[in-house]
Amino acid sequence: MGCGVTKQNQKQIKKASFSVPAMRAALLIQRWYRQYVARLEMRRRCTWNIFQSMEYAGEQNQIKLYKFFSYLMDHFTPASSERNLIAHIFRENEVCRDAEWERYFNYKNIEVPEFYSGPHLNFPLTATNATELVEAFRTKQQLHSRYVLQLLVETWKLLRILPNINHVSTCHSKEITICGDLHGHLEDLLLVFYKNGLPSMETPYVFNGDFVDRGKNSMEILLILFAFLLVYPNDVHLNRGNHEDHIVNLRYGFTKEVLGKYRVHGKKILKLLQKIYSWLPLASVIDQKVLILHGGISDTTDLDIIAKVDRHRYVSTLRPPKQRKSSAKNKQSDQDSWDEDNMTRRRVRSMTYSSPGVSRPEVQRHSLQTLSSQVEEELRERRRRAGFSLSHGDLHNSLSSDSDSDPGENLETDAEDWKQVVDMLWSDPMPIDGCVPNEVRGGGCYWGPDITREVLEKHNLQLLIRSHECKQEGYEFCHNRKVLTIFSASNYYEVGSNRGAYIRLGPDLVPHLIQYQASRSTRDLTLRQSVGRTERSALRALREQLFAHKSDLISAFQEFDPEQTGLISLNHWATAMESVLQLGLPWRMLRSQLVNHTQDGKLNYQSWFKELAIMEPNTQLAHTNLLETLYKHHSNLETIFRIIDTDNSGLISFEEFRQTWRLLSSHLQIDISDEAISDLAQSIDFNKDGSIDINEFMEAFRLVDRTQQERSNSTLSGVHPHLLQSEHPTKTLLVSASPHFV
Amino acid sequence: MAEDRENAEAIISEVHKKISDAFDVFDHERNKTVDVREIGTIIRSLGCFPTEGELQEFITEIEEEEATGYIRFERFLPTMTKLLMERKFRPIPEDLLLQAFEVLDQEKKGHLGTEELTKYMTQDGEPFTQEEMEEMLSAAADPDKNVIFYKDFVSMLTVDDK
Repeated sequence: MGCGVTKQNQKQIKKASFSVPAMRAALLIQRWYRQYVARLEMRRRCTWNIFQSMEYAGEQNQIKLYKFFSYLMDHFTPASSERNLIAHIFRENEVCRDAEWERYFNYKNIEVPEFYSGPHLNFPLTATNATELVEAFRTKQQLHSRYVLQLLVETWKLLRILPNINHVSTCHSKEITICGDLHGHLEDLLLVFYKNGLPSMETPYVFNGDFVDRGKNSMEILLILFAFLLVYPNDVHLNRGNHEDHIVNLRYGFTKEVLGKYRVHGKKILKLLQKIYSWLPLASVIDQKVLILHGGISDTTDLDIIAKVDRHRYVSTLRPPKQRKSSAKNKQSDQDSWDEDNMTRRRVRSMTYSSPGVSRPEVQRHSLQTLSSQVEEELRERRRRAGFSLSHGDLHNSLSSDSDSDPGENLETDAEDWKQVVDMLWSDPMPIDGCVPNEVRGGGCYWGPDITREVLEKHNLQLLIRSHECKQEGYEFCHNRKVLTIFSASNYYEVGSNRGAYIRLGPDLVPHLIQYQASRSTRDLTLRQSVGRTERSALRALREQLFAHKSDLISAFQEFDPEQTGLISLNHWATAMESVLQLGLPWRMLRSQLVNHTQDGKLNYQSWFKELAIMEPNTQLAHTNLLETLYKHHSNLETIFRIIDTDNSGLISFEEFRQTWRLLSSHLQIDISDEAISDLAQSIDFNKDGSIDINEFMEAFRLVDRTQQERSNSTLSGVHPHLLQSEHPTKTLLVSASPHFV
Repeated sequence: MAEDRENAEAIISEVHKKISDAFDVFDHERNKTVDVREIGTIIRSLGCFPTEGELQEFITEIEEEEATGYIRFERFLPTMTKLLMERKFRPIPEDLLLQAFEVLDQEKKGHLGTEELTKYMTQDGEPFTQEEMEEMLSAAADPDKNVIFYKDFVSMLTVDDK
């Protein structure tokens, strides 16, 4: 075949007067190098797919768990032990009187000690305060809990008077800056401020949700955003994202971050944040032409309806608000009277964590009902001890929200309103026309270009700006450039995985995009090094999934090996992998990274697993045969633990642990014997004091990569030491040990 | 005979799946089309080493009559299968590559200066873009001495490829 030398090239070659051999040599080298780069690009894309599909699978998992809880709430009788364990997370709007709330959140009694060297805030906040706060966080200081609470209370007060939709204008030739997901990446926010300027009257901003979770400075980001909101309420606009949700925070790290940084006041802060989340506006509109919201739209999206919803009723967007019909009220009061009766029958128990010798025999003697009521009582007592009083009268009121509501409102409107909100926060665009439920995430929908056209036309808009999805370049247009996704957390999946970006929008309403990537070390990496690094990280995560699904995978392989030779073809391997893991990954492309040895084109799957299982969890859990189940569901476990742990002490009792298992096994429909659970509970009571430390338990699941040294010599990393800076194995979980102020 | 045919079918089916997987990675819209600009990456990642000219010919063959900027899988699959079955564009052996570098290294120094290599790569053969050149230099050049020890470079990059 010809080498496609054009006339132009010929002229160039003549000019340079290279010999024919030289030309051929150059051509060969170019061919080779281009192929190499293409393979790198393919690896990069595959890695991206791995991260993304695992991320969405995690979200789906979370929503499934939450739906299961909702199902419990709706269908189980009050006497059910499982229901009672989690009932409190659904009592979202208890104790409604504002004065009572303000008493609960009272920060005035909190003293700031003299040795505190962090930033001090004066209220009303000034621009100087806000700037100092940014500077303080940049130098890794922590704001004292008193100021945190004060700042949050002021923010709460302000948010309550904001409408559901922020209306922003670019008058006076102002350019507006729009940022997408930040996810606790403080360095990205600081980079944006550095490049673009701090928020001010001349530099207005819209922040489009998902400020928290995943990154380790979610708290600092919130504090900065709220501070500037207070100082410049007309120039800083916040939209709620799907992660501004306490249920989601339980799983994705923000709850843990707050409790780690604020040991004493963490739970109050979290409670206050719940209210703040519910009061965050849902969308912003610029010059009545550009719509900005976090997730997206659906075929039923109607801004007029959205403008009128009671947004604060949606404390968590994962569940519709409580029914307000009178029949629902009766149901609740029935439960109350039942509780009341039981109160007199219950034995007064010691509320400290009783030693195993005392509690366990007792527990075995009682029936399930009294068991559940004991747990319920303990939960209630905990709440009381946590300083959060709840009279029976208030329980009746718990159905109404913190503003007046019309008791006659019918259920249908509620469901419609709720759908509007969920769609706005959870939906993703798709390239084909139509609107279908978003099965991948579990909430919201996928909407097509026709829907974009309809909705924009209906409201006389010209552009939709949204976030919610990580993009390699930090942004992406779709639907004929009518939809723009903006994502501001660079290095989201791993260092080097993607850039972040923000938008500048002037009166001409033409979006200008500015990209960046935090972390100096990323810029110095070559394409090859950054691909390699991201890839290693993704493969590590993927291997964990393989480990978690080991028995299912082995069964699937065995189906292709009826004669039990121990070998299967690579084709069958790929098919089996997809059927078990259901991650939608290109297994044949990934094969070379995951499978090192083949015998005549076939894979010995048992020894492959042995090779893979270079990872094993820490210590004590290794010998239990619940191990794989535990590992597979450890995220759900952790979520449930944190829900049960109502006083956020980080400790749960054996009984609660067993209840967790009952809950989880109902959800997953697996059978686990009580005995096995008890044994497990005993073995993970690391302190031997009758209670289980959640963080220690999760730490036990941190997989240790035994052969990290081996890896560096294998072809998987494939770099010569002098060309790559040293890599440190990343920890998958951290036990919080940071110094903190009270 | 029948067995042979079965084997051949099995082989082709595997090849099809391989091609499909690679194609899917770039099928962002999940409608079995990819941007024509990604075709080169797909073909190369399946193990082929076409020149830019050969690539262009391939694309012309599988494009729609009225170029849409997208390539459909139905047209890509048969042509690509043929390519792989006929083993066109086989990999380049390491020694051949080394020879190519040695041709450019007229003084037989064992290394090439960055300017020297840049001149060849951006003006000769099927020239690199500036971006491609920069990337190659960042991977290949010894940062201190501004030269490329091509023997090391070749073995380093060949190790990466399985």
